[in-house]
Amino acid sequence: MPAYLSARLCSLALSLLLIAFALPAFAGPFEDGVAKFANDDFSDTEEAIGAVASSGNKLAFPIISALQDGRLMADPDSKKVYVTGTDGKSIDAATGEAVASVPDSASAVRLNNRLRRSVDAALGGLTLQSPDVGTRLQAAQSVFKSHEETALDAVDAALAKESNRAVKTALGEARAAILLFKSDATEVEKLEAVATLKARGDQEALALLTGMGDQPASVTKAAAGAIGSIQNSLAVWSMVQNAWYGLSLGSVLLLAAIGLAITFGVMGVINMAHGEMVMLGAYTTFVVQEVIRTRYPGLFDYSLLIAVPLAFLVAGAIGVLIERSIIRFLYGRPLETLLATWGLSLVLQQAVRTMFGPTNREVGNPSWMSGAFELGQITITYNRLWILLFTLAVFAILLAMLRYTALGLEMRAVTQNRRMAASMGIATSRVDALTFGLGSGIAGIAGVALSQIDNVSPNLGQSYIIDSFMVVVFGGVGNLWGTLVGAFTLGIANKFLEPVAGAVLGKIAILVLIILFIQKRPRGLFALKGRAVEA
Amino acid sequence: MLSKSTHDIAASFSRRGVLAATAGLVLGLASLTGAKAADDTIKVGVLHSLSGTMAISETTLKDTILFLIDEQNKKGGVLGKKLEAVVVDPASNWPLFAEKARELITKDKVAAVFGCWTSVSRKSVLPVFKELNNILFYPVQYEGEESERNVFYTGAAPNQQAIPAVDYLMKEEKVKRWVLAGTDYVYPRTTNKILEAYLKSKGVAQEDIMINYTPFGHSDWQTIVADIKKFGSAGKKTAVVSTINGDANVPFYKELGNQGIKAKDIPVVAFSVGEEELAGIDTKPLVGHLAAWNYFESIKTKDGSNEKFIKDWQTYTKNPKRVTNDPMEAHVIGFNMWVKAVEKVKSTDPDKVIDALPGIEAPNLTGGVSKMLPNHHITKPVFIGEIKGNGQFDVVWKTPGLVAGDAWSKELDGSKDLIGDWVGKKCGNFNTKTNKCLGSGS
Repeated sequence: MPAYLSARLCSLALSLLLIAFALPAFAGPFEDGVAKFANDDFSDTEEAIGAVASSGNKLAFPIISALQDGRLMADPDSKKVYVTGTDGKSIDAATGEAVASVPDSASAVRLNNRLRRSVDAALGGLTLQSPDVGTRLQAAQSVFKSHEETALDAVDAALAKESNRAVKTALGEARAAILLFKSDATEVEKLEAVATLKARGDQEALALLTGMGDQPASVTKAAAGAIGSIQNSLAVWSMVQNAWYGLSLGSVLLLAAIGLAITFGVMGVINMAHGEMVMLGAYTTFVVQEVIRTRYPGLFDYSLLIAVPLAFLVAGAIGVLIERSIIRFLYGRPLETLLATWGLSLVLQQAVRTMFGPTNREVGNPSWMSGAFELGQITITYNRLWILLFTLAVFAILLAMLRYTALGLEMRAVTQNRRMAASMGIATSRVDALTFGLGSGIAGIAGVALSQIDNVSPNLGQSYIIDSFMVVVFGGVGNLWGTLVGAFTLGIANKFLEPVAGAVLGKIAILVLIILFIQKRPRGLFALKGRAVEA
Repeated sequence: MLSKSTHDIAASFSRRGVLAATAGLVLGLASLTGAKAADDTIKVGVLHSLSGTMAISETTLKDTILFLIDEQNKKGGVLGKKLEAVVVDPASNWPLFAEKARELITKDKVAAVFGCWTSVSRKSVLPVFKELNNILFYPVQYEGEESERNVFYTGAAPNQQAIPAVDYLMKEEKVKRWVLAGTDYVYPRTTNKILEAYLKSKGVAQEDIMINYTPFGHSDWQTIVADIKKFGSAGKKTAVVSTINGDANVPFYKELGNQGIKAKDIPVVAFSVGEEELAGIDTKPLVGHLAAWNYFESIKTKDGSNEKFIKDWQTYTKNPKRVTNDPMEAHVIGFNMWVKAVEKVKSTDPDKVIDALPGIEAPNLTGGVSKMLPNHHITKPVFIGEIKGNGQFDVVWKTPGLVAGDAWSKELDGSKDLIGDWVGKKCGNFNTKTNKCLGSGS
């Protein structure tokens, strides 16, 4: 071997070694890239991400994931960049050496949406072969989204090694997405890509197929076919989605109205302060969460479970107080009851405004109430699902209580025939107070659930009072099953009207339909028959 | 309370003595308050809802004016007199705004009024201010298409908020498809009309614009968020321009977060969401969504004026977590401009002050100097901020200089030839084509 050749080989090996250890003395593209993070300029940061991601350096992954989490610190004065680990220890980003502390002048490298997309794409390429299945799946999905040509080799390499079925499919789809946009891919490759995307069949696949631009004629034709079939299946799914949204809206309506079904439906009190009971329940949740946040942060996921009984007690107690001090003097005088409870609702709103301030209060979602999962082509959010289940549970418990407990029996007796019940020895005024308290308490429970999807502000109740009355009147006053059917009917009708007519017109259409319906059946869907009606 | 203490006094004094004492007390009080009102103070009206639906936003502005008056009085007041705030509560009731405005001007004889939030409340008080010839400072971003002699608009006109925001999305995020989502009332409808015309002038096709309105306080966003997702999957970069009003925003953003729409996929730029609104939500799922304003609490200034303002404000309200926001800054600018104008003409007479205000300059809180223009709007910088995890905004873009507020939009056919000029033309809607004042003259 000639001497010069061996010398060159030696130096090549040496420089490879040096790059592998990334000594600071040799400023390669990686070091240049890292230094650009310190410029606090979005374009420079983007270049830096590209340089670091393609460098093959071991530090690339820690640097870019730190950038994503806001743990990449840059010092504008010394132009040095540091990675702060999740454990609080820091390293110099260019060399990987540990540093004692990050200087105070350093601040986290800023990101905007464009950069977040680059970070995702870079991280996707870097973590395709991660040992963790979840990370690999996420990586494959972000490569699918960014479909950059540069990631093709990494995808092919990962695909060859992958054993998990879900990840393999995702990688195949990512590969298809890349090939579809690769200008020098063969026609056969592109046709395969279209077939893969057609099999995926969701909105993102549709987006890629519609946005793919100029392609050979055969590919365009195949894509048109795929688009048609995806659109057809999505149209069916959108019906399912509307039905689900309707059920979900119905459950919210039912939850808000169920307390009113007792106070108005069973007792006949036009209770305009019903919404404020809901609001008090929501504020109880806020107070519970505040206490938990400051004293027992570990219990946060249980905050709603703790809030439910408390909200029932708070709203129920206030309900009993209102019944004893105001409403019992007004039985049989609906107009005065309406005005008194309306005034009361304003008093309660202003009281809460004075105590908690006029602005919204933050009620957090526990981890099991956040996020969503995919069912076929529709997204089901956990908070809506839990609220639906919770509503049905509350309804079942209430029904059982009215049917099987002594108090339930007394309530039914008093509402059916007050004088007869009194002559049988039932303390009717005590039952009145407890019934009103029960209705208010259930409104309070509704407040706990509604705090998860709506504002917790003094105005919370106002937005539900009209809907609640609508549901109770539509379903038939005095009938809990009517309230259930009424709520779900209105919810589903609303959600099928909304995509056609828009939210504003949809709501108006529902009101018009109810007016027409009430003309025909003044007592609602399920009218009570017999003596109770005349009493 | 009162009757009980009177009883106690009556028990210990003779009847005659009590009468005399009471009379003396009443006389003394009367002379004290009378003298105070007549000579020592200049009264300033505060017309913001402290109850009802708008209390959520307006209460802070009432506190802001009280804070500014307190600060001014510490500096010795205005024209050697102390300022005195007269606070009334129009209770989010639009006709009541007009009544309360009349009460402030005729009964309390205020020198100027700071107030209103919604456009409909401003429209409701307009005739009162015209008839009784007083001054209103209006601090909220609004739809434009107005320039009145008695009103000074310190919030943003559409060209100081909406148009720059759309420009940013077009340039930085390469957005090609637009969802204009708003609450169904005058501000979103006019703004969206302006934006639609602007987008079309930039070559955006009709099918790439989706306009959606929702009722006030809309809380079930499932369908609309799903529609946005669908609209956004047509292979072109999509963004949402939101003119959704205050309260409906929380469930909207929650639904976005839950359905997994991230800012990097479909960014939402909002015109009514500020620090105050974000205080009510967990902002972690919202990181990266945008807002366009003329002020952000997080802006660092070279002379430290914003930092000082925030510190003073938190000390005044005794709440170290109290946030500041854009309409507050508008009140700061408006208030300082009014003080300067009063000191310039050495009088609080509305006619003199109205004539003196155009041309007056006052520092804004982001390190620049805003100027009152002849159309009664002011110059402001425009910032685009991204929501951070802590409920604050990170400024990602700003206009190179200050933008002058246009009273009349250049995008709309009906108003593109109009200007407001209360200095030269003495007219709020002067048609530059026909050279005629269309009626809103003095």
